[in-house]
Amino acid sequence: MSWYAALGALEQGLLYGIMVVGVYLTFRVLDFPDLTVDGSLPLGAAVSAVAITHGMHPFGALGLAMAAGFLAGMVTALLNTKLKILHLLASILTMIALYSINIRIMAGPNVSLLGVRTVLDWISDLGLTGYWAAPLLFGLLATGVTALVIWFLHTELGLTVQATGDNLRMITAQGVNTHNIIILGVGLSNALVALSGALVAQNQGAADVNMGVGTIIAGLASVIVGETLFGRGGITRGCMAALVGSIVYRMAIALALGLKWGAFAFTPSDLNLITALLVVGALMTPIVKKRWVRS
Amino acid sequence: MKKLLIGMMLLTLTMTPAIATARSYQISVSQFVEHPALDAVLKGFQDYLAEEGVDAVYNVHNAQANMATAGQIGTQIMGEKPDLILAIATPTAQAVAQALKKAPHMKTTPFLFTAITDPVEAGLVKDLHRPGGNITGVSDLLPLDKHMGMVLRFYPELKKLGVLYNAGEANSKSTVQGIQAIGREKGFEVIEATVSKSSDVYQATKSLVGRVDAVFVPTDNTVVSALESAVKVCTQMQLALFCADVDSVKRGAVAAMGFDYYKHGRQTGAMAKRIFNGANPGEMPVESQQELELHLNLTSAKQMGVTIPQALLDSADKIYE
Repeated sequence: MSWYAALGALEQGLLYGIMVVGVYLTFRVLDFPDLTVDGSLPLGAAVSAVAITHGMHPFGALGLAMAAGFLAGMVTALLNTKLKILHLLASILTMIALYSINIRIMAGPNVSLLGVRTVLDWISDLGLTGYWAAPLLFGLLATGVTALVIWFLHTELGLTVQATGDNLRMITAQGVNTHNIIILGVGLSNALVALSGALVAQNQGAADVNMGVGTIIAGLASVIVGETLFGRGGITRGCMAALVGSIVYRMAIALALGLKWGAFAFTPSDLNLITALLVVGALMTPIVKKRWVRS
Repeated sequence: MKKLLIGMMLLTLTMTPAIATARSYQISVSQFVEHPALDAVLKGFQDYLAEEGVDAVYNVHNAQANMATAGQIGTQIMGEKPDLILAIATPTAQAVAQALKKAPHMKTTPFLFTAITDPVEAGLVKDLHRPGGNITGVSDLLPLDKHMGMVLRFYPELKKLGVLYNAGEANSKSTVQGIQAIGREKGFEVIEATVSKSSDVYQATKSLVGRVDAVFVPTDNTVVSALESAVKVCTQMQLALFCADVDSVKRGAVAAMGFDYYKHGRQTGAMAKRIFNGANPGEMPVESQQELELHLNLTSAKQMGVTIPQALLDSADKIYE
């Protein structure tokens, strides 16, 4: 793995890390498996790309993308709580609907952002260019967002969200309207996913309707990789583990991309297989570590 | 110690560089997805350079249709520091362009794109005749009048043409608008059937049965990936299926007048050779493929109940029995 590839993986890990924290929020905190993310990631990208090409400030476009993501999450939660549709199906319905909606928003499948001012230009204006600008900016954003989520989950409202996921009957008995809490939680999660999508689009130079494919897979894999490496001890640790898990996952892909075994090179189509094997390798480390400590 | 040793072994494994001989060119390729047409482009590119005696070492990457991976491949290539970058299909070209913007050490590296319908709308170049910078390439914009001309020779009385495509593909969207414009001029109506994934193709083709005289498939990655489903429905329902790429004729379309993507790749290879010989990419106009080939499939024609005009049989470049 070259230096550039490693920095690139760090950059992508931080970018998608915001999405992973969102997935952690629904999957672990709320206990609500949410597939909306495959649609809300390109939704955030689409909204921010269209907003920027219409002259909006790149940072303002991020806010708009988050609002759109929140609405998408709300739709899933409303389908689940008010119409009693199973959470998995509710989120699948929102996800497939978003495919058409995203094409509507962009008036086509792809909006190019090449040559347009993005959040990255703002930081390069400060004199920082090249490979360091992106990881630095996204590092700041990702840790900031994660810190905010951790803070929120420790407020009274955040504790109610946690309790809703832990013990629905107990919290209902306390007189809490769990429907509103679920709507808030899933909305918040998708707002984070959309923010991540908006940043990905600005970083990659285009929003594309197909960019959401596989988001939930990467999200769940990152959450679990993070948990395995750092343990499942509380919300603070969990949120941070989600972010780190995302970076580890992207590093595995970068490693797979650069893999050469002397004269034997893998063919490009082996990429997904190698990525899977490397993640298995990462997941094995706690077990192996335990064995070594004992012996 | 044991841990350290294993760690070092893993590191050396991943860092062993490709063995490069003197005066050979290193070319990094970023392809979006495994797909017969895109694979043919790469093969044509490599074959041309090999035949011309250009010694090239390739680092081929494939994003397996994942945009996030395409972005990572972009940064991966910046680390490989190649002599030339080749991007196949729009999403990967955009990702490479964005990665180049962030890599000051790659400012002078030539960047070729290929199999891209509209390089201007994709934001890759501002002017097709003078791309500027270090970027140029080959566009696969369809000469739609020629395609529709072929369909009209089969069906001079064509009233309704079904078009099967993925509304999520930028290339297809602009193609369909072009077909509609020709339809208004020549007096046929375009009935659209859209899919969002390969598994929708069967159902979408069925939805056209009874409503159209013939079906046309543009160079749509999603539909072409699952062309067999469309062939199956069209065979059952005696509906003529035409395509925009000749590879699809072998797979069961009646006829296509189109690109040979292999030649498309060779044309891109020729541009690469000129760059290696000292040409400035920024001053090389974006090229498009001029010569079209007519391929016919007699078995499919029979199964779909189509009679092929003798004039077309005589002028075909390739006929599958």
